[in-house]
Amino acid sequence: MAMFNLASSKGLRPAAGVLARYYTKARDVLHQYQHMSSFRDIQQDCEVIVKDLRDCLKNHFRDPKSTPKQLTECVDLLLQLKEPPNELCDEYLAHAKERLDENLLELRNQVNLKQDKCGGSHDDDTTTEANVDVANQGIMDILEFTDHGCNNFLSNISLVIASYNELFSNRNFGQEDEQQNLDAIAREKIVKFVLSLMGEYFKIVEDRLELENAHGDDQMLVRSLDRFHRRLQAVEKLMPELGVLRSGGNIITRAAHKRVQFYTQALQRQFAASLTDVRQTLAAPKHQNHEKNQSLAELRSNIHTAIVGHVKTALNNLKSFIGTDITFAVRPYFRGPFCSDDIRQSLVVNHITHVISSAQAFCNNVREKTMHAPPSLILLLSRLCLDFHESTVDYLLSLTDQQFPVDEEMGKGSVVTSAAELTDNAKTASQLLINHFVRIQGLTVSQMIRKSVETRDWLSTIEPRNVRAVMKRVVEDITAIDAEVGSLYEEGSRKAHSSDSSKWTYNQQKNQQRSQWSYTPSTGFDQSLLSNIQKLFSEKIEIFSAVEFSKVSILTGIIKITLKTLLECVRLRIFSKFGLQQVQVDTHYLQLYLWRFVSDEKLVHVMLDEVVNSTVHRCVEPDMMESSVVEVICERG
Amino acid sequence: MKAALWRLPLVDETQPPSQTAAPGHPRSLYKLCDLDSNGESMKSVLWNPSGDGTQLITLSDQHLKIWQLNADAQAVEEIDTTVLEGKGQPRFTTGAWNPHHGGSQVATANESTVRGWDLRSMRQVYALDNAHGQCVRDVDFNPNKQYYLVTCGDDCKVKFWDTRNPNESLMVLSDHSHWVWRVRYNHFHDQLVLSSSSDSRVILNKIVSLSSEPFPHLDDDDDDEEHRETHESSSPPADGVIATYEEHEDSVYAVEWSSADPWVFASLSYDGRLVINRVPRTEKYKILL
Repeated sequence: MAMFNLASSKGLRPAAGVLARYYTKARDVLHQYQHMSSFRDIQQDCEVIVKDLRDCLKNHFRDPKSTPKQLTECVDLLLQLKEPPNELCDEYLAHAKERLDENLLELRNQVNLKQDKCGGSHDDDTTTEANVDVANQGIMDILEFTDHGCNNFLSNISLVIASYNELFSNRNFGQEDEQQNLDAIAREKIVKFVLSLMGEYFKIVEDRLELENAHGDDQMLVRSLDRFHRRLQAVEKLMPELGVLRSGGNIITRAAHKRVQFYTQALQRQFAASLTDVRQTLAAPKHQNHEKNQSLAELRSNIHTAIVGHVKTALNNLKSFIGTDITFAVRPYFRGPFCSDDIRQSLVVNHITHVISSAQAFCNNVREKTMHAPPSLILLLSRLCLDFHESTVDYLLSLTDQQFPVDEEMGKGSVVTSAAELTDNAKTASQLLINHFVRIQGLTVSQMIRKSVETRDWLSTIEPRNVRAVMKRVVEDITAIDAEVGSLYEEGSRKAHSSDSSKWTYNQQKNQQRSQWSYTPSTGFDQSLLSNIQKLFSEKIEIFSAVEFSKVSILTGIIKITLKTLLECVRLRIFSKFGLQQVQVDTHYLQLYLWRFVSDEKLVHVMLDEVVNSTVHRCVEPDMMESSVVEVICERG
Repeated sequence: MKAALWRLPLVDETQPPSQTAAPGHPRSLYKLCDLDSNGESMKSVLWNPSGDGTQLITLSDQHLKIWQLNADAQAVEEIDTTVLEGKGQPRFTTGAWNPHHGGSQVATANESTVRGWDLRSMRQVYALDNAHGQCVRDVDFNPNKQYYLVTCGDDCKVKFWDTRNPNESLMVLSDHSHWVWRVRYNHFHDQLVLSSSSDSRVILNKIVSLSSEPFPHLDDDDDDEEHRETHESSSPPADGVIATYEEHEDSVYAVEWSSADPWVFASLSYDGRLVINRVPRTEKYKILL
């Protein structure tokens, strides 16, 4: 008793433990004998002292300067003094919260600073110094930010959790059930506490990562994510039931996903830029055809290497996400979706599809952007798609699979677009583009022919002395197209030429019949019957049909369209004798130069025959020119 | 070039066909008058499809003229005229008279544009710019739906239009592989559309969704037919090609429905072949029943 009094009178903190111990011992006795006045006095005294002690302890408890050890002591004593544990928990956590909130506020400030900066000026981010003092209003980069968060907030919260567990759980006092009850309550409180704070922290981290998207270095991002992940593992160990690692993992996944999205967009931008480059190069005036063709083949390899190169760079950059020293990279929940969904699907496959579809968009003339595309571009894109079909798609996909390997287990549940599907798409696009190319080139040449036939007065034309300039132009244009196509596509097969390829004249084949027809009109019926029967047995010529991927087939398509237009235009006019003879000269000239471009020269012959035939029908005075004269004129021209 | 108005000789039904007259020309045409075009080439002469048949228009290169037959049907007088203006000297290529609105509207084509004209004010009321890739070859009005018309042209396409929305076509058919020269609505069943092309094909299309009978027999008038209808399949028939006729060996420049029999049509190709065809029986029954 004396000791007790001594201790209480001293009221010194080191003695507080002793005091509490004695008080606990004496409490029951005092309580038992309180009816006796002397004991009651002692009890009253004690209570006053203990009350002082409690206040004193509580002050210590609330004091932000108290060390964890002191805190532990305080809590210990207070619990011995029968202080309700609920309140203690709350108070302890509230105390801890102050500090943690401070940490969070700092981080939040950082995010806001960064946000302002991003909003204000994008360029001078690099000027951010290392080791910036927060108070200095400096902006941390992502690595510093994560470090800061880890060192302050995460270590603090770990500390809080650890000491809290030490303080309030598994304490050996009170009854068994009471203790369990206490444990449960304490647990519940800390879980709630940590969850809310971690939630806030994650939110801040995510906001910060969001800002990191537009620019920055993957290495750094990955390293900071890695640190973040490592520190979370510590927290996870302390409180496994919270699943902080999982939420943190989700954040990392999202950050990686964002990054992939960023690269996908970057790739699309780069592709658009290279397209624009190509268009500009094509639009730039060229002095010689030869030069242009060289550049077309060059452009093809340029745009091709550009696409492949950009994808490769993106893949290389993103590779840091699955580096061997990165802790989160080995987690199956990260690696599987990242490699197959993000990288393969949304980056590579998506980009290939984008390239193909934007090339294909040039086929329809609806949109403003694709409306006035130069034919060379269409041709180039068609070749590009064909390259995709033949090799590029396979190459890019195997590169991806090699760099970002996904085993069966990890790749489960993710969509995998097969290479075959993509190559098929590429082929379709290429076919559409080449058909479109043939169409527009055919129409350009047709337009020339049409204007020339429509605007000329064929009834009062003079005797032909020359091939009309427009026919020379047609041959020139087709020769140019031939060279252009030849720089991108292989020759292709054609039927063997007969030895007299260049010797065709309308007159040689038909002169006899024709002269008969002009003298004896009654055989005209036979003539048309004859040509009809001939047509029955010849194959129908499809004008706007699909072409093969070869120079000859493409040129055949264009020439077919051209000659058919000539035929249709001639049929709408009326010709004098000289008009007819001019047509004769023109067709002979066309024949002289066009047969070499087509797969089957017979086709040119048949169509030119038709043209002359139709002209004869539309002629008021069908009198043909001597074939030798026609030849002389053509050779001279 | 010019156009002229002729009178068919009256057919005297009481007289037996003369055996002695020259074959082919039993009676000669009687020329009423010339339709002057001031030296421009005449593109089209169209009778007013509604009205008393005394009004006609002529389309020459740049002029659209309305003519009125005078009371005794002996001469015409020019009532009104309008000039096609624009850059590059546009020229009319073809035209069609709208059978609706009391014949007050005509559609003309020049190059790739279709223009609608109000004949009362002689002003352009709508224009389908770039209706076809190059040249519009033909225009035809839906005989039963007043704002609907069909065009065809050198882009191998047949397009359907609502003149109230000139910016966008309602439907595009691209079944031909060369220029489409002629397109015609059936006079009675406007879901039947014929087109002919220089790919030497004639295509009979069924465009139910844009026709005046989008669903079979919504009209309650013919009860017995509707009664039968209910037993038939209830799904609305789909649009599409009914048949492709490949009898011609050369470009088919004209195709026309019979004005007497709604199921018969003729096509004419460059080689002089005239082919008369019938709508397939199954399609006919699908429309009738």
